[in-house]
Amino acid sequence: MIFLILTVSDLKQSRPDSAKPNINWAKIEEAEDFAKTVKLYRQGKYNDDSFRRYRLQHGAYGTRMTSDYAMVRIKLPAGEVYPHQLEKIAQLSEQFSIGSAHFSTRENIQLHWVILEDVSEIFRGLAEVGLTSREACGNSVRNVMCSPLSGVCSDEKFDSTPYALATAKFFLRNPMAQSLPRKFKFNFTCCEKHGMVRMVDVGLIPQIREIDGVTQKGFKIFLGGGLGNRSFVGHQLEEFTADEDLLYTSIAVLRIFDRLGDRKNLARNRMRYLVNDMGWDKFQNLVLKERALVKATQSVVTHLDIDDLPSEIKRPIRITDESRNSNPDGYARWLKTNTVKQKQSGYHSVFITLEAGDITANQLTVLAEIIKDFSSEGKARAGFNQNIALRYVHEDDLSKLYSQLLGIGLAKSGALTMTAPVGCSGTTSCNLALTNSHRLAKEIQRKFLELKLDEDDDLSDSSIKISGCPNSCGQHGIATIGFFGGGGRVGKEMYPNYQMLLGGRSDGETMLGLTCTRIPAKRVISAILKIIELFKEHKKSNDTLKEWIHRIANGKEDGDIKSINDMRKILEPFTIPPTKEDDPDFYSDYGSDTSYHTKTGKGECAA
Amino acid sequence: MCSLSQEKTLKNTTDIDSLRSQIRDNSIRVIDVRREEDYKQNHIPTAVNLPLANLLSDDSPDRVLKLFNSLGIDDETSVVVYDDTFGALASRVAWTLEYIGHSDVSLLETTYGKWKSLGLENDTEIPEVQTKQHSLHLKPEILATSDYLEHSKEKKDVILIDNRERLNYLEQHIPGAISLPYRTLATNDKILRPREDMKRLLENRGISGDSEIITYCGSVGTLSGLAYYALKSVGLPNVKLYVRSFKEWKNLQKPIEKQEDASYWDLSAE
Repeated sequence: MIFLILTVSDLKQSRPDSAKPNINWAKIEEAEDFAKTVKLYRQGKYNDDSFRRYRLQHGAYGTRMTSDYAMVRIKLPAGEVYPHQLEKIAQLSEQFSIGSAHFSTRENIQLHWVILEDVSEIFRGLAEVGLTSREACGNSVRNVMCSPLSGVCSDEKFDSTPYALATAKFFLRNPMAQSLPRKFKFNFTCCEKHGMVRMVDVGLIPQIREIDGVTQKGFKIFLGGGLGNRSFVGHQLEEFTADEDLLYTSIAVLRIFDRLGDRKNLARNRMRYLVNDMGWDKFQNLVLKERALVKATQSVVTHLDIDDLPSEIKRPIRITDESRNSNPDGYARWLKTNTVKQKQSGYHSVFITLEAGDITANQLTVLAEIIKDFSSEGKARAGFNQNIALRYVHEDDLSKLYSQLLGIGLAKSGALTMTAPVGCSGTTSCNLALTNSHRLAKEIQRKFLELKLDEDDDLSDSSIKISGCPNSCGQHGIATIGFFGGGGRVGKEMYPNYQMLLGGRSDGETMLGLTCTRIPAKRVISAILKIIELFKEHKKSNDTLKEWIHRIANGKEDGDIKSINDMRKILEPFTIPPTKEDDPDFYSDYGSDTSYHTKTGKGECAA
Repeated sequence: MCSLSQEKTLKNTTDIDSLRSQIRDNSIRVIDVRREEDYKQNHIPTAVNLPLANLLSDDSPDRVLKLFNSLGIDDETSVVVYDDTFGALASRVAWTLEYIGHSDVSLLETTYGKWKSLGLENDTEIPEVQTKQHSLHLKPEILATSDYLEHSKEKKDVILIDNRERLNYLEQHIPGAISLPYRTLATNDKILRPREDMKRLLENRGISGDSEIITYCGSVGTLSGLAYYALKSVGLPNVKLYVRSFKEWKNLQKPIEKQEDASYWDLSAE
């Protein structure tokens, strides 16, 4: 009997054809060209610099301490990804990478430790499913991001996804964006709260205005923000930028950056430095003038190809095989900390947290099936935090979805809370990394879930973000509690150490975290727990950790701990290294049993 | 006719349709290398069972010769081998048969799981087999031993291929080996890529021409057995299997190389 039931529920005929993308981002010729170029490079017919530029332009990044391997960064424009694309990426990860793929903070999926000679084979595979890594690295327009909640967020004015896709389409392989002074990033979002628009070259929030009874779509545009060795918060260009001016504005900004950006000093050539050096007023003026010029001199009407036909929403038909009376263990916790009610009634968006963005090939393959079975839009979105969102999940299906995710180890709770830290790849693969930030993020998540901190409402809107060096790929500057790696020293001995920053945020009140103190890697978890303990002691009613730290960072807290300096003093015991005899573990990094020493190669500016 | 039989001996895989007609003609010996309990549940009609573990329990030439005799295989028998493990176990059996001097052996182009999912014939009947006499003409030119490997370091034109997963390779491998994970060799449906596809992939990696090529994997030469057939499928003439593979190499405490200064394991979601 049981056998019979299983067979019936396994039948897939009732499922409609899975959703397919409208845009093909790939160009198969690029695979062939890449293979040829690698051969010529190996024969010494290209010098290192020109080959590196070429490689990066095609989305293949260097790997820690070796020129034999590359990392392939697959772009998911607007974060959108379809089930058959995930299946392909799963296969490619087993064939050419380490059997796992990595979701980045910029809606890319990365395959690491790929042999340089195999990169072209990955391009071929990606082309089969319409994906590309072209311009995912290098001095180009990087993946155009969009909020994973765009289209379903109850606070948004309209869905910016079609604009994000059109912008990505316009600039991909566009001659005007092939040799910029440095990389260039667009982030579209849904609303202020979900943020991420003031810490990027161009950030956009959808707006609607009404003039004489006519409503018009447009954006609030922020320019010149960005995270890095030095981070800056972006400036709003004007009150309202009409949607028809979006492309002209984007072109104008890129042209100014192309013309005036610093091409010599690698450390200072992102647009945010240009804006900072020039002063915002002058830069703003220049953009507005340039836009008028762009508008007046376009020989052909240039416009964004906006496809705003809504996606088809069709709840997958399912044979209800078993009537479940009780919800599985952990369901309530997961429901609370991983799902968001959509503006469309009856539907939820479900966030899947991955440990520091890592997912196995097998999980990806099963996830593809789950998307087909549970998302009424038939696709998924990469999130801002190395995570994945399944949208348009009917509320009646949530419990079943949870069980299925549980079955493949993707049902960790706390996706939308502080217990899901961001960690860049660190010493697992990056040339610049000083510490294993990647593993540290995993350790924090494991510990904090064990302590059930995800269930604590006071902590849920806070964030922890970790970079393995000062270059901000882990976005430490916008975290409530952020860390970036470095080496500490006691005599001849070294230990992995982190600079801790407090009070960063990326919402409507975006600010960069303030430097607090250096915390050794093996003390980071206990230091965060100490901060939480202090917060619990000093919190006001209805206070959150994020608000408390915000007040401390801005000198507006009236309790015993009034400033970052006060916090530094309290945390001082954590900073004192034990002797190596007392605690040898202190002197090795996470994921290593040998003594720590810093070692870095040449950067290609990761992200 | 002559050219046809020539083709037959070069064939590394047998496609589904050919096997089905050979079964109908009763002109083939099919070997199922899955576990006995799986075989007993069902198998490709007329197939005999040779669990890989059985072969590996003692794979000395004399013993395997007896095994194959008992499966009704003589020098003239056409043999097709299949498994449900992406062709790796089948490859190891096929290679062994080749090693004792059998020339007409190939792999089913797909796995038993795929065969079943296509709704093709299967059977529970265990065929009666008449023992035959196979001759013993060892082919040492397709075998590599640890000693052989050690000495081939001095040779210039030798390519050593590690077919384990990438993380295992990064962690430790035989010095000088290049990494070609076994997953790379297959497509979704077939245990080996189409010839042109395979050729391009291998040429990109510099695996071509008349080089002597040696494959190895973790322990018993299964994954690398599949690679042996992958290399042969594009016509590479000089391929050897280091059948005792990395397990033996490590036990013998031979030198090992690793990728230094990176915590790659922590990138894995396992």
